[in-house]
Amino acid sequence: MGERVRIAIVGSGPAGLSAAAHAAKLGLSHILLEKTDHLSDTIFKYQKGKHVMATPSQLVLRADLDFEAGKRETVLGTWDSMTAAAGVKVRYNAEVKSITGTGEEIPGSIQKIVSRKRDGTSETKELQRLAPPYKLKLTDGDEVIADTVIFAIGTQGNPNLMGCPGGDLPHVQYQLDDPAEYNDEHIFVIGGGDAGIENALGLAADAAQGNVVTLVNRSAEFSTAKGANVKALLAARDAGRISIMTGTTTRTIETGWVTLDTPDGEVRARCDRLIARMGSAPPRGFVEACGVEFASNDRLAFPKLSAVFESTAPGIFVVGALAGYPLIKHCMNQGYDVVEFINGNTDLKPADEPILEAKFRSLPGNRSVGEWLEFLRSNVSILEGMSALQMREFMLDSEARAYRAGDVIFERNAPGSSLFGIAEGQVLVEINPTNPAITVPLGKGTIFGEVGLISGRRRGATIRAGTDCILVEISRTAALKLMSAVPTAQREVTRITTERSLLQIFKSGLTPADLTDVIASAKVETIRAGQTIIKEGETGDDIFIVRSGSMIVEKAIGGKPVFLSYVPAGSYVGEMAVIDGGARTATVRAAVKSDVIRISGESFRALLDAKPGLSAKLRDEMANRTQLNNFIESKKDSFSGVVEMYTGVANFLVDNGVGEATDVLLIDEKLCIGCDNCEKACADSHDGLSRLDREAGRTYAHLHVPTSCRHCEHPHCMADCPPNAIHRGPTGEVYIDETCIGCGNCQRNCPYGVIRMDKVPPKKPWLINWLLFGQGPGPGEPDKKWSYSKSKAGVEAPKKAIKCDMCSGQTGGPACVRACPTGAAIRVSPEQFLSVALLDRGGD
Amino acid sequence: MASRSQPGGRAVTRAPRDIAHEGFLTHARSRWLKISLGLSALAIAVYVLTDPAPRPNGGSFAGYLLGTIGALMIVWLSLIGLRKRIITTKPFSLKAWTSAHVYLGLSLIVIGTLHTGFQLGWNVHSLSYVLMMIVIISGLYGIIVYARLPAQLSANRNEATQPQMLEAIRTLDRQLDTAAQPLDKASADLVRMSLEECEVSGNLWERLTGRHPKCGNKRARDAVQDIVSQQMRSGKPDPALTQILFLLERKDAALAQARRHIRMKTQLEIWLYIHVPVTMALLAALIAHILSVFLYW
Repeated sequence: MGERVRIAIVGSGPAGLSAAAHAAKLGLSHILLEKTDHLSDTIFKYQKGKHVMATPSQLVLRADLDFEAGKRETVLGTWDSMTAAAGVKVRYNAEVKSITGTGEEIPGSIQKIVSRKRDGTSETKELQRLAPPYKLKLTDGDEVIADTVIFAIGTQGNPNLMGCPGGDLPHVQYQLDDPAEYNDEHIFVIGGGDAGIENALGLAADAAQGNVVTLVNRSAEFSTAKGANVKALLAARDAGRISIMTGTTTRTIETGWVTLDTPDGEVRARCDRLIARMGSAPPRGFVEACGVEFASNDRLAFPKLSAVFESTAPGIFVVGALAGYPLIKHCMNQGYDVVEFINGNTDLKPADEPILEAKFRSLPGNRSVGEWLEFLRSNVSILEGMSALQMREFMLDSEARAYRAGDVIFERNAPGSSLFGIAEGQVLVEINPTNPAITVPLGKGTIFGEVGLISGRRRGATIRAGTDCILVEISRTAALKLMSAVPTAQREVTRITTERSLLQIFKSGLTPADLTDVIASAKVETIRAGQTIIKEGETGDDIFIVRSGSMIVEKAIGGKPVFLSYVPAGSYVGEMAVIDGGARTATVRAAVKSDVIRISGESFRALLDAKPGLSAKLRDEMANRTQLNNFIESKKDSFSGVVEMYTGVANFLVDNGVGEATDVLLIDEKLCIGCDNCEKACADSHDGLSRLDREAGRTYAHLHVPTSCRHCEHPHCMADCPPNAIHRGPTGEVYIDETCIGCGNCQRNCPYGVIRMDKVPPKKPWLINWLLFGQGPGPGEPDKKWSYSKSKAGVEAPKKAIKCDMCSGQTGGPACVRACPTGAAIRVSPEQFLSVALLDRGGD
Repeated sequence: MASRSQPGGRAVTRAPRDIAHEGFLTHARSRWLKISLGLSALAIAVYVLTDPAPRPNGGSFAGYLLGTIGALMIVWLSLIGLRKRIITTKPFSLKAWTSAHVYLGLSLIVIGTLHTGFQLGWNVHSLSYVLMMIVIISGLYGIIVYARLPAQLSANRNEATQPQMLEAIRTLDRQLDTAAQPLDKASADLVRMSLEECEVSGNLWERLTGRHPKCGNKRARDAVQDIVSQQMRSGKPDPALTQILFLLERKDAALAQARRHIRMKTQLEIWLYIHVPVTMALLAALIAHILSVFLYW
C-alpha cells in the first residue's frame, strides 16, 4: 500500500504548482506528481531566454507563487525557489499510469468511452465509476492513495503511437536518447518534424557507425520543421548519408522489415529499428479512462466540469489548459481556487469576477454577475445546455449589450464573424437592401449573425433593434467552443443557417413555412479540397449551397478541363439540372475544404412548382451561366491557347490558397522590376518590420503569389491563439492585437508561412538625415546588425507575431500596392480576379 | 488597436485602391501620355505662332513661358526620388507618379528644345540643355529595360529567390569539397580552382554583361571534362572524377542562372547611377542658368 494523502496533484505546470503551493500553505496533506525530473515541463521546454508573457493584464493573480512577465529562466527560477520554500511535497519522475476509485461502485455512474479509429469505425467501452479514495498507479510500480485528485496535466500529451500492424513490436521506439548507441542498423525515422529530422541527422552524423538511415514523411513538404533543420537534412541526403521518402506512410511492421506506401506504390525494406516521432496525442484517452467525461467527441472538446472544477468522477478535479484555460495566469488562479474549493470554501468568487462585472455594468436591470449569467443562459436557446462554469468562461469571450429601439446592430457588408443571441426584445432584419422599411422580425431566444460565423464572409443584411433589447454577442472563438461543447447548440445553428441561407439566396418572397420540406431533406456535408460534388455528364438533380469554403466549376472542352467560374461561400450550384432536367453540364469541385448543404432535387422541384417567382429568378441566373459557358466555348475555337492559359492561371491561384482568401497580393512579373519598394513601404508603415516577402512564393505564367497574408475566410492562424489576440477588423483584415504572447502557434498554423515572430526594431533617424548625411539604415526594414547596435542594452524586447493588417486605418489602402512604381503589385479578392477578366491576360 | 476590437457592426468602406491591372505605361488609360502629347503640341503651337525678332530664343515671351514650364517640371520630376521613399498613410500611387514622370519627362525634349530656340553654344545655358538630354536619354533606357526585362527576370528566377540561388551554389561548393577528398593533388587543385577562383557576381562590367571569361569553375570543368573523356577512351573513367564533373556541371548551371539574375538586376539599376547624379548636376546648372540670365543679360 502506498502513501495516503488528501490531495494528489498530477502535473507541475502553472496550475499544478499553484495548487500544490496553496495546499502546502493551508497545511493539507498533498503530493505533487511530476512525470519528468523538473517542474513545469512545458515552460521548461521553451527555448532559452524566451520572454514569457503575463496576459490578460486586467486579470489579477491569485496564487501563493509569484508570476510576472519575464525571461523563461527567471520565471522557472522563481517557481523553483518558492516551491521549495513553501514546503511543497514534490515527487519527480512519477508518471501516473492509471487512476481508479477504491470505494464502492457509484450506482448509475457509468462512463461511456468512444474510441474512433482512422477507418471511421468506432468502439464504445463502458466503465463503472468507483467512489473515492483514488488509487494512482505510477509507471515505476508505486502507488499513491488520495481522497481527491487534481488533474493539471496540460495538453502536451504523450507521443503519437504507430497505428499500423506491428506498431507494438519491441524495435519500434518513440524517443532517441543517444544516437551513438546504434551501429550497422537499418533505421527508419518516421515523421518530418524537428524531432524526427534531428534524430535522423544524429543517427547518420558519424559514417563510422554504419547506420542506413531513412526518414519517412507523410506529406511532400517539411512544413512543420525549422528551415535550418530541413536544409541540414537535404544536405545530408545530397551527401548520400540519409534517404528521404516523402508522401509515404507506414503500412505494416514486421521483425526486421517494414512495408511502406509510397507515391509509386508499396515498398518493403529492411528495418532493424523504427523511431516514430509523429507529434503528441492529446491526453484525452488517459483522462477519460480515469472516469472524466468530455463534453463531446469533437477534437476541441474539454472535460465536463462543475462550477468548482469537479469532473464527472467525484473527487477528480481538472484545471489549467486541459480544462480549456491555456494562459498561465488563469492556470495559477485555478490551482489556488480548486484547493480552496476542496478545502470547503465554496463561496469563493473566481478571480475573473471583476471582468464579468465590468461586462454587465452598462446593462439595465441591476443584476449580479450570477443572475446575469443565468438570465442569458435561460433566455437564449442555444446557451441552455451549458453549465455555470461554462457560462462564465463563455462570457469572458463574449459581450452582453443593451440596444435602444432603432439602433443598428450591424450593417450589410460589414465584416464580422460573431454570433448574436437575443436575450430580451426583438430585432428587425432588413431583407431588401434598397428599401430598409421591409423587415423580418426575430424574437427573444433566437440567434442571428450566423452567416458571418459559418462562411467567414461579410454580413448579408442590416439588422437593427426593433424594441429595446439585450443581446449577447458571441465571438467566433466562443461560438465554435460552444458548438463543440453543446451538441444541441450545434444542431440549432445548423438548422437556422440552412433555413436562412435558403431564404437569403432565393429571396423571391419565400417564407420559412415554404421551406419546411426542403430543410427536412437538407444535409450538411463536408467536402475535401479537390473532391467533386457534381460531375459533368452524370445524372443527378441535387442542389448544393456552399456554406463555407469555395468551389470551382469546370467543363471539359476538347478533352481538357476548362475553368468556368469560381463559386464563393453563400452561392449555390446544380440548379440547371433541376430546371431543365438534363445531365450535369459542368463539373464542380471544392477549391478548399468546404461545407455544403445538399438539397434533394425532388423537394426543390416541389418548391419551384409552388413558387413561380423563384423559378423565373433561377431561369434568369441560368441564362447568365449558359452565356458564360458559350462565351468561353467560343473563345476556345478562336484562341485555344488563351483559354488554356486562363484555366492554368485559375488553377494555379486556387492551388495557392486563393480559394479561401478574401484579399490576396498578386505580383505581375511582367512588370515587377524587383526594386522591393513594396517590402520597404510595408516596413516603413508598420513599426519597421515587413510583413511580406516579395521574392518567395509560387509563380505561374509570370503571375506571382508572394508570401503575404491572404486574409482567409476561416483564418488558420486563429485556430489556436491562447490569448485570443487574432481578430477580423472592420475592413475585413485579419490582425493580431497587442495581447499577443509570442507563443508562435499562429505561425505554425498558417499554411502559407506569412506570419513571422520578431521584435520591433528601434526607431530610425529621419529619412532626410539618411538622404543628406547617410544616417541610419535608410528606407525599409533595418538589418539585424543595425537594430542590435541601436537597441538599449539590458532591455529585452519580446518577440511577437507579425502579419499583414492590410494597412487598415491608412486612408490610402495597402502600402505595398501604393508604393509599387510600375503597377506590378495588386491586392484583389478572388471574385474580382478569378473571373472572365482573366481571359484578357492570356492575350497579351 | 483596442478601439478596433470593439464591436462596430458598421460596414466600413475600405480605403479606395487601385485594382486595375495596368502597368505604369498604360496607367489610367495612358492619361499622362495624352497630357504630355497635348503639352508638346501646345508648346509647338506657341513656338510656331509667335514670331519674335530677331529670332526665337529664350529671352522672348515664348522662351520665358517654355523655360518656366520646363524648369518647374524638372524640379517636380526630380522629386520622385523623395516621393518613392516617403511612405505616408494617405492615398497616393507611385505608379501614377512614375507614369507622369515618364511622359512629362519625355515631353521635356520638345519643351526644352523649343526653349533654346535651337541656339546652342559653349556656355552654362547649353550645359543645362545637354545635361537634361543625358537625363532623358538615360531615362529612355530605363523605360526600355523596365518594359523588357521583368518577364525575363521572372522566367530565369523560376521561383527561386536570390538568396536561394546563392545558397545552391554554396551547397554545391560543400559537396565538391567533400567529393574532392579522395582525389590526387592535381585533380584536387582543379576542384580548388572552382572553389577559390570563382566569383558569382564579379566587377561592374562582369555584372552588367554576365560574361565571366576567367571563371574558375568553367576552367575546372573543361579540364576535368578533358581528363574524363581521355579516361573514357582508354577504358573506365575514375568514378570519383565523374562525380566531380557532374557537380562542376551542376555548379556551372547554377552560376549561369545566378549571373543572369545579377546581370538583369544590374541592368535594371545601372541607368539610375547616371540618371540621378546628372539630375543633381542639371539642377545646379539650371540654377546657374536662371541666375545668370536674370543678373547678366
